[in-house]
Amino acid sequence: MAGAAPYSDERAREIIAAHMSLEGPALPILHALQAEFGHVPESAVKEMAQALNISRAEMHGVVTFYHDFHTSPHGRHTLKICRAESCQSMGAEKQANDFLARHKLEWGQTTPDGSLTVEPVYCLGLCAHSPAALYDNEPVGVVDGETLDAFVEEAKGK
Amino acid sequence: MTKIYIPLDMAAVAMGADRLAVAVAKEAAARGQQVEIVRNGSRGMLWLEPLIEVETPAGRVGYGPAKVKDVASLFDAGFLTGGAHALNIGVVDEHPWMKRQNRVTFVRCGVIDPLSVPEYEAHDGFKGLKRAFEIGAPAVVEEVTKSGLRGRGGAGFPTGIKWKTVADCAPGQKYVVVNADEGDSGTFADRMIMEGDPLSLIEGMAICGYAVGASKGYVYLRSEYPVVVKVFQAAIEKAHEAGWLGKNIKGSGFDFDVELRIGAGAYVCGEETSLLESLEGKRGIVRAKPPLPAHVGLFGKPTVINNVLSMATVPMILEKGAKHYADLGVGRSRGTMPLQIAGNVKFGGLFETDFGIPLGVIVNDIAGGTRTGRPVKAVQVGGPLGAYVPVSLFDLPIDYEAFAAKDSLIGHGGLVVFDDTADMLWMARFGMEFCAIESCGKCTPCRIGSTRGVETIDKIRNGQDVEKNIELLKDLCHTMKFGSLCALGGFAPYPVESALRHFPEDFRKPALEAAE
Repeated sequence: MAGAAPYSDERAREIIAAHMSLEGPALPILHALQAEFGHVPESAVKEMAQALNISRAEMHGVVTFYHDFHTSPHGRHTLKICRAESCQSMGAEKQANDFLARHKLEWGQTTPDGSLTVEPVYCLGLCAHSPAALYDNEPVGVVDGETLDAFVEEAKGK
Repeated sequence: MTKIYIPLDMAAVAMGADRLAVAVAKEAAARGQQVEIVRNGSRGMLWLEPLIEVETPAGRVGYGPAKVKDVASLFDAGFLTGGAHALNIGVVDEHPWMKRQNRVTFVRCGVIDPLSVPEYEAHDGFKGLKRAFEIGAPAVVEEVTKSGLRGRGGAGFPTGIKWKTVADCAPGQKYVVVNADEGDSGTFADRMIMEGDPLSLIEGMAICGYAVGASKGYVYLRSEYPVVVKVFQAAIEKAHEAGWLGKNIKGSGFDFDVELRIGAGAYVCGEETSLLESLEGKRGIVRAKPPLPAHVGLFGKPTVINNVLSMATVPMILEKGAKHYADLGVGRSRGTMPLQIAGNVKFGGLFETDFGIPLGVIVNDIAGGTRTGRPVKAVQVGGPLGAYVPVSLFDLPIDYEAFAAKDSLIGHGGLVVFDDTADMLWMARFGMEFCAIESCGKCTPCRIGSTRGVETIDKIRNGQDVEKNIELLKDLCHTMKFGSLCALGGFAPYPVESALRHFPEDFRKPALEAAE
């Protein structure tokens, strides 16, 4: 998983500058910043506002509108569990709730050792293989409690 | 050299296709067998994924669902020459699931190497664009209009009218935008096309750009599809290398470029105006219409916004002519519908058929009923904002108007099947909760209505003033339906109202039983 680099204003400015020739560059920049630093820190938001010539409030509004961007670090790995209808039709809701209870987590929380963040996702397009999940960028179909637990273990190791 | 196909489709990968491809290559090397592994798209028989296909003189023979542990036995059984094996499904094109379909949009998906321009061309690729250059821009618009092609995003707006509006705007900067924000549960057709036949989308965009006078196209893709990003980006590069994108395409004097943009997990960005806001780098907040995006769209310029499937169907319409396409289907629902069969079903996947097939035939016959083996209770058609259709309406044909007459929608053609254990009150609550989470917040009916909807359903669930609260819920739905600015708030009542209408008993359970 990307996102281990420590934040620096200088590096953020480089990333921003590399995208300034695009039309409407804000989302590509935010994705690039998050890929580099693992999150989009407040200082980067300030740099972006300056580069795009918009207010910090406006830039903050953009960052917080989208579920994917977060302003504080997440776990080293991410497990997204689908909660949408198709997965629910195969018992995903109970399965996810049991999983969260077993690991004493709530949606959006990170394990105490910082290894794994668990997030809800609303459809991965794997609806013929419900219930589905995404571990970092690896799609997994027909998951059960055991598969989900295995990701917690795998994340711990790395 | 034996050609072996192993899909790169995300659903196949989710079932182990990547590991399988590695294992097959390794085993072949160990046995000194000469094989060429092609990573194709999916044929749509998703319950068989990963499906290995082997090219034999008799045709492409399929083996699935294949796991890494099956690889040695497949080689032992002589699968490279189509040998017998428990996973052998015979020649894939002869499979009953394939034979019952009419593949138009998906004709190449799973068949060709998605990243090979020569293979795409060998399967009629770029013939549509070539013909567009021959007949000229106004005739292209005319052709698309005559074909009866309608948007696949939900509302079913005629594609040709949209194009004409943009084409009629004064010359200057215009844009082609493809909405690949396929956020609806139970839909994966866009994903499958972009992974299995990405060049058809690129060709469709180029035809559109030529027809309306736009030189730049954007594809706005949701971030939940990591495999598409890799495949589609590579496809854009291949098209460039082959001269089908860029300056002066094939000496036509027409310049066109395609750029892939990734969303950031906001469902509402599938709504066309919030998608434009998002592309511009703002919060994905819905715009009031008018002005239509066709007049004032991306960066204030005239813009065509089409769904992936509409755009990917355009090359075939140009190649074969409007009449060929219009002759398929029923009533005002012309052409074919790629149905996405999902949820609690035995045989889930993508099934492309002419409009008009009854819902019950799809669920009971083609999908083989539920995976759990229990009776079907409901089918949600058209995504999270679509209605729950009960078994009593299984005669309904897949047709925009027939569904609308029953207060339902076809939308994107996604079908999510539920068995009799489904709690429809809970599903109605989820519909409201989803809307509350995903509302862009601009208009009150959607922003506040969805939150109050969840609260009201919770009261019903707790047995509190049940009849009074059901009335309140209906009233709330009415307000959202007619007072919301866009389809998120406007359609969110569909699942709720349909659950109330068809499954009233689920709303009137004793309080304790209704608790989780």
